[in-house]
Amino acid sequence: MSAALPETAPAAPGDETPERRFPTAPLFLSGPAALLFAALVLTPLFLTALLSFNQFDYATGRTGGFTLEHYLSVVTDEYYLEIFLRTFRISALATAICVVIGVPEAYILSRMTNPWRSIFLLVILAPLLVSVVVRAFGWSMLLGPEGPVNGALIALGIGRMKLLYTEGTVVVALVHVMLPFMVIPVWTSLQKLDPAVEQAALSFGASRATAIVRVVAPQILPGILSGSLIVFGLSASAFAIPGLLGGRRLKMVATVVYDQYLSDLNWPMGAAVAVILLAANLIIMLTYHRMVEGHYRRRLG
Amino acid sequence: MTRNGPVALFFHTLVVIFMLAPLAIVCLVAFTPENTLSLPTRGFSLRWFQAVFHHPDFVQSFWNSLWLAVLSATLAVALAVPASLAVTRWEFPGRGFLNALFLSPLIIPHLVLGVAMLRLFAVVGATGSFGWLVAAHMVIVTPYVMRLLIAAISGFDRSVEQAAYSLGASEAIVFRRVTLPMILPGVTGGWLIAFINSFDELTMSIFITSPSTVTLPVRMYMYATESIDPMMAAVSALIIGITMVAVLLLDRVYGLDRILVGQH
Amino acid sequence: MSFLELKNITKRYGPLTAVGDVSLSVEKGEFVSLLGPSGCGKTTTLQMIAGFVEPSAGTIRLDGRDITRAKANSRGLGIVFQSYALFPHMTVFDNVSFGLEMQRVARGERKPRVEEALSLVHLSPYAKRYPRELSGGQRQRVALARALVIRPPVLLLDEPLSNLDAKLREAMQFELREIQRKVGTTTVMVTHDQAEAFSISDRVVVMEAGRITQIDQPYRIYEHPETEFISRFVGKTNLLPGKVVTATGAGATVSLAGIAVPVETADLSVGETVTLCIRPEKLHLTAPSSGLLTGRVADRFFLGSQWLYHIDGPVGTLMVVTPNDGSTPAEQGAPVGLEWSPSVVRVHRGAMAEAPDVALEVTG
Ligand SMILES: Nc1ncnc2c1ncn2[C@@H]1O[C@H](COP(=O)(O)OP(=O)(O)OP(=O)(O)O)[C@@H](O)[C@H]1O
Ligand SMILES: [Mg+2]
Repeated sequence: MSAALPETAPAAPGDETPERRFPTAPLFLSGPAALLFAALVLTPLFLTALLSFNQFDYATGRTGGFTLEHYLSVVTDEYYLEIFLRTFRISALATAICVVIGVPEAYILSRMTNPWRSIFLLVILAPLLVSVVVRAFGWSMLLGPEGPVNGALIALGIGRMKLLYTEGTVVVALVHVMLPFMVIPVWTSLQKLDPAVEQAALSFGASRATAIVRVVAPQILPGILSGSLIVFGLSASAFAIPGLLGGRRLKMVATVVYDQYLSDLNWPMGAAVAVILLAANLIIMLTYHRMVEGHYRRRLG
Repeated sequence: MTRNGPVALFFHTLVVIFMLAPLAIVCLVAFTPENTLSLPTRGFSLRWFQAVFHHPDFVQSFWNSLWLAVLSATLAVALAVPASLAVTRWEFPGRGFLNALFLSPLIIPHLVLGVAMLRLFAVVGATGSFGWLVAAHMVIVTPYVMRLLIAAISGFDRSVEQAAYSLGASEAIVFRRVTLPMILPGVTGGWLIAFINSFDELTMSIFITSPSTVTLPVRMYMYATESIDPMMAAVSALIIGITMVAVLLLDRVYGLDRILVGQH
Repeated sequence: MSFLELKNITKRYGPLTAVGDVSLSVEKGEFVSLLGPSGCGKTTTLQMIAGFVEPSAGTIRLDGRDITRAKANSRGLGIVFQSYALFPHMTVFDNVSFGLEMQRVARGERKPRVEEALSLVHLSPYAKRYPRELSGGQRQRVALARALVIRPPVLLLDEPLSNLDAKLREAMQFELREIQRKVGTTTVMVTHDQAEAFSISDRVVVMEAGRITQIDQPYRIYEHPETEFISRFVGKTNLLPGKVVTATGAGATVSLAGIAVPVETADLSVGETVTLCIRPEKLHLTAPSSGLLTGRVADRFFLGSQWLYHIDGPVGTLMVVTPNDGSTPAEQGAPVGLEWSPSVVRVHRGAMAEAPDVALEVTG
């Protein structure tokens, strides 16, 4: 290190908006919310992480001490492995179907003219705001033994099928719940797309399909990716759909945690599963964040 | 409409049917005169709606949910307005962390939040407290409010505030007479989206409600896992109705696509 | 003693000196414009007067009072922003009335004063409208009325006309000046449009890279720019590199590519490198080989009231502007002579700086 370097410019003076003369102001302004989040996000998560390392005594229901057995049993116990695998399988399937349905639908929506575009956007997105219990209940009626789907199957001569409490039903209902989360980001990236680019491709003699695959698709890929991650993350932690449509035997991670807490009362075990779920979610989201940032940096640089 | 070919429109129709079918069947079955879940083939009846209004558990849960949603949305807005001003207008150490913290409930599964809250409530002895339930709901709805407010505040022409200062207004008056009215669409939009999210919340609430604070979605979930009769459909139809009113309001004050498309 | 006084005002943003050592005295009732290219620190200077930016050094005095550290809302200055910054949720009347309310003017007195201000800017019929229901020019006038109604000691205008189209801008320039004369408010206006600065100001302050390079009446800035930068920035100009060949007490002769040209600048020394500035309208076309230079018409442009010629000659391409008096213009390719009076030639010492299209770019 050379000692002779001259002092660079004097420390920058504070910024000049009138408020910035009081650097304490943002602390006062964000203080209440920060307290709430410290008390009700950070503290409980920390407590839960601690709890997941506690031993659990089945006989007395007491917790305490330190153990890794809950985490170990998640990776060794076949019961948990199966549940994690099933959750992964169902979520991946739901995500794939959401891509297959949601991406073309967003594209079709973006090519509509108003007022149809607004109306159908509302139709696709508004169910998002209806309680998921209601939607799950709707599916249980549609697919129930006396429901219209079975009615149609009988009328077609295929005969009644057991649809409820199967993985298929859970996937279908998850797709219904998650589809808006796929349409939204794809729609957003389509909005940013310059329609002239696609027209230019067509004017060069590209067929419609080629134009979509070569010109449109690459530009909405980040939207598809971000939608897929959201759908996958939300599916993997979905509770109401497997709870209401999966029945007693088709458990997913969330319903298992619920059982651990409220039936088995094995809180440490439930906490360990929850911690793993949270960690998986955060890793996926942060990796994605990195990826997208790198992607755009390369594009701009 | 003309730019989509027939295949595209057919596909679109199927998607729309898929999205609406479960809601439509719920609304239809709610009017059945039968004792079982079935489509009303022999006329319409309001008997199941009456049953809901005479079912004390559902009525109580409805009021619980309503109060919970109103309180948590209002308090969340009250905290989020100053907090979003702080994170958008100042550069200060820890700003990035706070910003991430305030938005974090969007990427923490509600299941995990529920489990964590349950533990916290057990530790501090708050199990069954309505106040703590409100606080927990504030945590999950605040990010939605913050998002709209941050968008509203960053799209704000600061010279309008400077103009008010130069005319002699104090900081408090500038906030009340200029800043607040100008971000009002964001505030009302944020309140409504917070209300809807709180009113609908199931996964976290199911862990932390006690028999006296059970919310409507939790009540419905428990009811649906035990017995299934058309009363469930009637409650669901009511919820769909309430949600639609809120959605239309939201669309009027803020624009639904603006909220949803900016959501994730 | 002057009414508004800036003394050695400096503003640094980290290593960047946005405004350096600016001193300026404005007399009561005077209309002064800050003129300069984008990023030269005009807005920053204005904002320091307004109190939105705190100077790193220097003092600002208003009517003898030191206001350097006074808060913006205690200075009582009237400000018109480039974006107008009207309160979108208030009617025109409420916008204008806001400042009076803040000064706790009684309700009964407010109404006549607002009405007076609105009639000053010819907006009386629009009092009940909201800003979004007004045209750009009307919004601009609401902003002006809102600033003037509090009877500010100083009116600050930051590019008040830059959002208007050319025609409206010209009309508003005269209106602005007329209103300012009528109310007699001391005014400081920021602009990067030299025509605007010249047509309405008593004095123009030319800024360059955070510093003041010349303060003078518009006419003097145009005719006697103190630096080559100013002559380029203000209007069009021909810049000719040359060398002094003879020098006397009263004038000198400069050689331009071998052609001797008389100038009236004293105290030049023989052998010195200089740059001559001659405004295009000061050059006259004459018959070939009868003027100081001979050249050929390379291009000509019809500007309505004037003709602009590009003349190729021994010293490069010169711009010449002649009034369109109805006579037949010189043809393209025709040989012409060029003539001018030695008194219109400005001499800047040193070689020409390398940025010959600045003038064309910024004066538009
Ligand atoms: N808050 C700030 N932080 C850092 N630098 C700034 C800030 N405000 C202005 N500057 C810099 O100070 C310089 C002067 O800016 P200023 O806005 O005064 O220019 P201007 O003359 O008004 O230009 P224009 O004609 O484009 O409006 C610019 O280089 C600008 O980038
Ligand atoms: Mg400026």
